[in-house]
Amino acid sequence: MAEAHPVGFQWVMEAKRRGATVIHVDPRFTRTSAMADLYVPIRAGTDIAFLGGLINHVLSTGTYFEEYVRAYTNAPMIVRKDFRDTEDLDGLFSGFHEQSARYDVRSWQYAGADVEASAGRRDELAGPPSEAGGPGGHEAADAEQAGSGGAPFRGTPTRDDSMQNPRCVFQVLKRHFARYTPEMVHEICGIPPETFARVADALVRNSGRERTTTFAYAVGWTHHTVGVQYIRTASILQSLLGNVGRPGGGILALRGHASIQGSTDIPTLYDLLPGYIPMPNAQREQNLTDFVEANAGDKGFWGDMDAYVVSLLKAWFGDAATKENDFCFDHLPRLDGDHSTFHTVMAQIEGKAPGYFVIGENPAVGTANSRMQRLGLANLEWLVVRDLNMIETATFWKDGPEIETGELRTEDIGTEVFFLPAAAHTEKDGTFTNTQRLLQWRHKAIEPTGDRRSDLWFYYRLGRRIKDKLAASSDPRDRPVQDLTWDYPLHGSGDRAEPVAESVLREINGTGPDGRALSGYTELRADGSTTCGCWIYSGVYADEVNQSARRKPAAEQDLVAAEWGWAWPMNRRILYNRASADPEGRPWSERKAYMWWDAEAGRWAGRDVVDFPATTPPDYVPPEGARAAAAIGGAEPFVMQSDGRAWLFAPAGLADGPMPAHYEPDESPVGNALYPKQRANPARRRFDRPGNRSHPEPDTAAAGVFPFVFTTFRVTEQHTAGGMSRWSGYLNELQPAMFLEVSPELAAERGLHHGAWAHVVTARSAVEGRVLVTERATPLRAGGRTVHQIGIPWHWGPNGLSTGDAANELLGVTLDPNVHIMETKAATCDIVAGRRPRGPALVEYLAAYRRRAGLEETP
Amino acid sequence: MTELTELTERPELTGRTRGPRGNSLYGPLADPSADAGYPAGHPPRVGFFTDTSVCIGCKACEVACKEWNALPVDSPAGPGDPAGPGADGDVLGLTGMSYDNTGALGASTYRHVAFIEQTVPARTARGVDLGMPGSGPPGADGDAGDATEVRWLMSSDVCKHCTHAACLDVCPTGALIRTEHGTVLVQDDICNGCGYCIPACPYGVIDQRKGDGRAFKCTMCQDRLGAGLMPACATACPTESIQFGPLDELRARAAQRVDALHAAGVSAARLYGHDPDDGVGGAGAFFLLLDEPEVYGLPPDPVVTTRDLPSMWRHAAAAALTVAGTVAAAFLGARR
Repeated sequence: MAEAHPVGFQWVMEAKRRGATVIHVDPRFTRTSAMADLYVPIRAGTDIAFLGGLINHVLSTGTYFEEYVRAYTNAPMIVRKDFRDTEDLDGLFSGFHEQSARYDVRSWQYAGADVEASAGRRDELAGPPSEAGGPGGHEAADAEQAGSGGAPFRGTPTRDDSMQNPRCVFQVLKRHFARYTPEMVHEICGIPPETFARVADALVRNSGRERTTTFAYAVGWTHHTVGVQYIRTASILQSLLGNVGRPGGGILALRGHASIQGSTDIPTLYDLLPGYIPMPNAQREQNLTDFVEANAGDKGFWGDMDAYVVSLLKAWFGDAATKENDFCFDHLPRLDGDHSTFHTVMAQIEGKAPGYFVIGENPAVGTANSRMQRLGLANLEWLVVRDLNMIETATFWKDGPEIETGELRTEDIGTEVFFLPAAAHTEKDGTFTNTQRLLQWRHKAIEPTGDRRSDLWFYYRLGRRIKDKLAASSDPRDRPVQDLTWDYPLHGSGDRAEPVAESVLREINGTGPDGRALSGYTELRADGSTTCGCWIYSGVYADEVNQSARRKPAAEQDLVAAEWGWAWPMNRRILYNRASADPEGRPWSERKAYMWWDAEAGRWAGRDVVDFPATTPPDYVPPEGARAAAAIGGAEPFVMQSDGRAWLFAPAGLADGPMPAHYEPDESPVGNALYPKQRANPARRRFDRPGNRSHPEPDTAAAGVFPFVFTTFRVTEQHTAGGMSRWSGYLNELQPAMFLEVSPELAAERGLHHGAWAHVVTARSAVEGRVLVTERATPLRAGGRTVHQIGIPWHWGPNGLSTGDAANELLGVTLDPNVHIMETKAATCDIVAGRRPRGPALVEYLAAYRRRAGLEETP
Repeated sequence: MTELTELTERPELTGRTRGPRGNSLYGPLADPSADAGYPAGHPPRVGFFTDTSVCIGCKACEVACKEWNALPVDSPAGPGDPAGPGADGDVLGLTGMSYDNTGALGASTYRHVAFIEQTVPARTARGVDLGMPGSGPPGADGDAGDATEVRWLMSSDVCKHCTHAACLDVCPTGALIRTEHGTVLVQDDICNGCGYCIPACPYGVIDQRKGDGRAFKCTMCQDRLGAGLMPACATACPTESIQFGPLDELRARAAQRVDALHAAGVSAARLYGHDPDDGVGGAGAFFLLLDEPEVYGLPPDPVVTTRDLPSMWRHAAAAALTVAGTVAAAFLGARR
């Protein structure tokens, strides 16, 4: 966190100053480790074993927060009879289909109720089940998790509040994690039992009524074939300890860069509409009513999804959206398969995707298996790159690595590249949405120079041009573009005129029947009288004021600082904060008092905006047939979940198991000590093809070809794939060259010298860098052997002031099945002293490695 | 010998005795600005307290400093450098000194973050003792047997803005001055590049810029102070490792911080450069360190290089008189 989020880390230091204990668990000793009270080195890719060990500790020592667990989690729910655990099936859960490597999730559900999967998958399940192979040869879309929503749910699950029933979630969980002992943690993660005990002790002592513990993770946790389950494991632990919905608790997801949170809220994802509403599916004829029926729950705030969708359609299509035409629901694109980034690139390589917009991203350097990315780029008709600098993604056709090796020739590449210089964040107005869902407005400081233009300028004008071009068309497929509202007030003159950014924020906020800005999403209606570009952002322009631009200093406010920026939803700073009070509505403790029931006033009171129907008393029992917010019981804080509870066991919504299980990374030097028959996540998405081969299984004859583990990382001085940092002299003098971090032990074993060159080799590529021998890197004992871990920063590429090989060349593409994120944080490799071969010699060098590893036929 | 006696009693040359203007060259001096002739009512003396126990090594201070002061990139291939990027990709120089690729303070580097990797005896479980408020930087001690652990010290160095600044004392052009804020400033329009100040600095801070010839160092953002702003580095520091303010306030705050760290078991915490009785009369920029100063590349006991100037002059004068006397005696003797 100190490395990649130094500004946010000031609050960790502030907490520390006030007595907080900071524990850092990481394969690498980083700047964060330097500041921590306890640094715990861990073998890359084994976090579920470690966190599972903590869950087992909490369950077996009885140190969980019992009242909280009983009342606020699904621990008492009874799971279906036909559910089988990994303990029963040698590392698989029930419902696994070997051939498709996918789970049928039905046996994971509660007894007595149907819980449907969330978001896109939820929609899919409403129709006939499809295993794989949708139209157009695409894979069927997997579940994209509803970030703010749980899985909707019908019926009443059976419950045992004594939590003794052997099929209740609590007992299932207990059995599932029983073998995650400190000894097992030692064996798998390389963490000695004493160290584990210190962590467990600190965690338990700092949780409960009087205290809360926070988990913070950065994107590295998601970059695994079990990435979603990493976060699930932490969620289970936090729920058991009562650390959710309370001040000082929670799980903080530190996003990859500025406003990535914003780009999921108002998504650049292929399968979501704004506010985590799933994208309609192409596989069935579906109207608005069916869509809402299939996707909205009966209970909780998702129950009003019709109002959110209709208001969105009204914002987009204005007067053209009427009740009679289903509010232009048919104008929305329909999802016909998996169009996530890697599938798109593979389609490019196959010649099925002719055009590509790359905005503020540098896949030729920044994406796993960058060679695959470039081969896709080289097979396009046109490519638009908008960036601050002339990044590798825009120049691959003339000086990319494949040109050097002779695998591609410039004259053979037909891609027409349009490079459009982009304005930096200092040169445009707008918001950043940070990890705590806080929108902060930034004002333009300076005019962009030269041809640089803002995103608003670009998209507005592109939209105008397309609309002008299609204005006279009578083709029905052009109707969505013709009907699209595109009438923003402009500022600036001539060529620089662009929409007023506040007007876009106001459209996102939404307006009521009187045309005035709404004060929140509870005012949205399904009758077409309201508009709203993103329901969860409704309220950001309440009272016609840009609430995100508020900057009242902390010293002039209380600790919650509600008048700094604006947090979605409803300027709520802690989600599920009803859980900060006990079932009767009293704070769990004075020290941690946050929200409470004010019986006299007949409403919830406290420091924040309550995340609950404001006047629903703690003893409220919803009447038969109640729906949406009215169906939430007075003691059910998890209002976005269809059962109002935090899930220790996910009866739906996940593609690879209702509970996390430790699986080794796709490539690892050791087998799975917990489930020997399932080394890696059985549901992970693999793409076994030339150029993307995974390394041999451990303990096979060829496993020794790639004996070491590597993990990629970021340093403070550079930024992601370098587009924003490698052209800045002030940053590059601070971290001027690609380097490889190795331990003194590995250096001795491989003859590597501090400051000299070395190169790392995988089946995909070889990259070189200067060796940094450091005591910060320590070999771990795991699986009965010494595991060496190499740290490789991924900022460099061939362009810019400081250049170097891109670490992503080394990685293959193997994905988490839930969210299609690639595994970059744990893979295997070889390391050799000296520089890598260049030109055609590199191709032959890699082929020889693959032949030795049995991944390629001998010619 | 009467004249000699008179000479040694001249207070402005002896330094060790308090004259009408106090310890101008050595020893405690409460108000260097007044000593330099600023009238009463000048702003209070300001400085930096750099608490290295909370430095996260982000180098925001280095970048903010360079941005504000428009300093050149320290590189053969910086913007505008005709040499261009080197052939081997090592265009800007990887030092191999942990994550410190800056190396040292210099004419284009007014802030320098040092990174020190150490293997030290392992800490005890103190770190997870929740009863103890405050505290907990690296360096807390305790006995964990023979076990060792790695610690990574980070520290942002800067010009010390000495109470007795030798660079200023030796500057022949008056380019180096004491400001109204008590800081030491090079006026770049007066500096003639003679370079006398460079060997005079006991910390090796000030340097001559290649291709320019003049001497440069930290200005404590003189052009911000006048506008009521903090120096750029202190403004950018996310963890308040670099604190700016009136020097007496900083000294009091630093003393409290050391006490708190000692109470938390970090017995190695110590201040460096805070003491008005030290060799430079106390620095305007002082530090909280977690190890010996040498570990951070700081001289353990710096002394203003002009301390002995009076006695040197005295000896020189004595020698001159002796020579003159001998010569005179020789002539007188010859006459005889």
